Amino acid sequence: MSSGAADFEALLRQALTPIDPPAHLVDRVELTLVNLTELAQEELDAWELGAMRDPRNWVRPAAAAVVGVSAGTALVALRVRSRHRARKQRSGNVVELVERTFQDAAEEARRIVRRR
Amino acid sequence: MVDEGLPSDKADVDARFTELYKNHLRDVYSYSYYRVGNHHDAEDLTEQTFLQAYRHFERALRESNGRPLRPWLIRIAHNLAANFYRDRSRKPESGIEDADMISAPHTTESLVEGREQLKAILDGVQQLPDDRREALIMRFALGMDNREIARALGRTDGATKVLLHRAIRQLEGMVSEPAASEGEEART
Repeated sequence: MSSGAADFEALLRQALTPIDPPAHLVDRVELTLVNLTELAQEELDAWELGAMRDPRNWVRPAAAAVVGVSAGTALVALRVRSRHRARKQRSGNVVELVERTFQDAAEEARRIVRRR
Repeated sequence: MVDEGLPSDKADVDARFTELYKNHLRDVYSYSYYRVGNHHDAEDLTEQTFLQAYRHFERALRESNGRPLRPWLIRIAHNLAANFYRDRSRKPESGIEDADMISAPHTTESLVEGREQLKAILDGVQQLPDDRREALIMRFALGMDNREIARALGRTDGATKVLLHRAIRQLEGMVSEPAASEGEEART
């Protein structure tokens, strides 16, 4: 490789520096994943993102409530998990169950934020 | 006989997925950011990528034969980004979101000096054809090798090598052309 080519590749490496995800995204994704682990495998198999009304509508409210409460994330997850059976009984299908799970997480996160 | 490479139960699957998530969150976010050009959409894309990945993780583990899953993960992000543009009937933003993009991750003095040049490169990357842009992002932002990029893009190793070579040459031409024409203007 010529030195010119090597120099240009070095510049490319500088221009395309990896970007660290913001802390609130880490909280948001982790909480979402924790709640997803609540779903049984057969529910996951039946879960089609396209069948849901718009995932952005229910993921974002949950995420927004979590911003700044990383210390409370584990607590939220724990409480949401404890109510899984009740949500399942109230849900007519898997789409409802997933939506209820995220709504539950959002409400729990908001409760924690209000107490601070 | 139990295959030690495959998870034995759901808890094991979740543990393996957590590991994948921790190891590659930055990769997925970087890829998403350079694809869509702004943090807001990059966050959505990153989250959706991991949701999709979780859904298909067990099958991916079974079919990977022990190979790294990063190309599979990036391919999910790639497909979601394509859907993202199709659904919103829009193209990638012409430039990376903000001027401070360059100053945020590149904070050393030497890099600030080369700011204009780096900006020209980033603008050029956004103007490349999709496959060339993606290959460059995977190579230089994520540090993927030819084989990984080939798996992510569904191409052969050879085709990927050619793709990268052409992408770099095209970008180099795009970046040097304005500089060359400026030089000519100065001489006249």
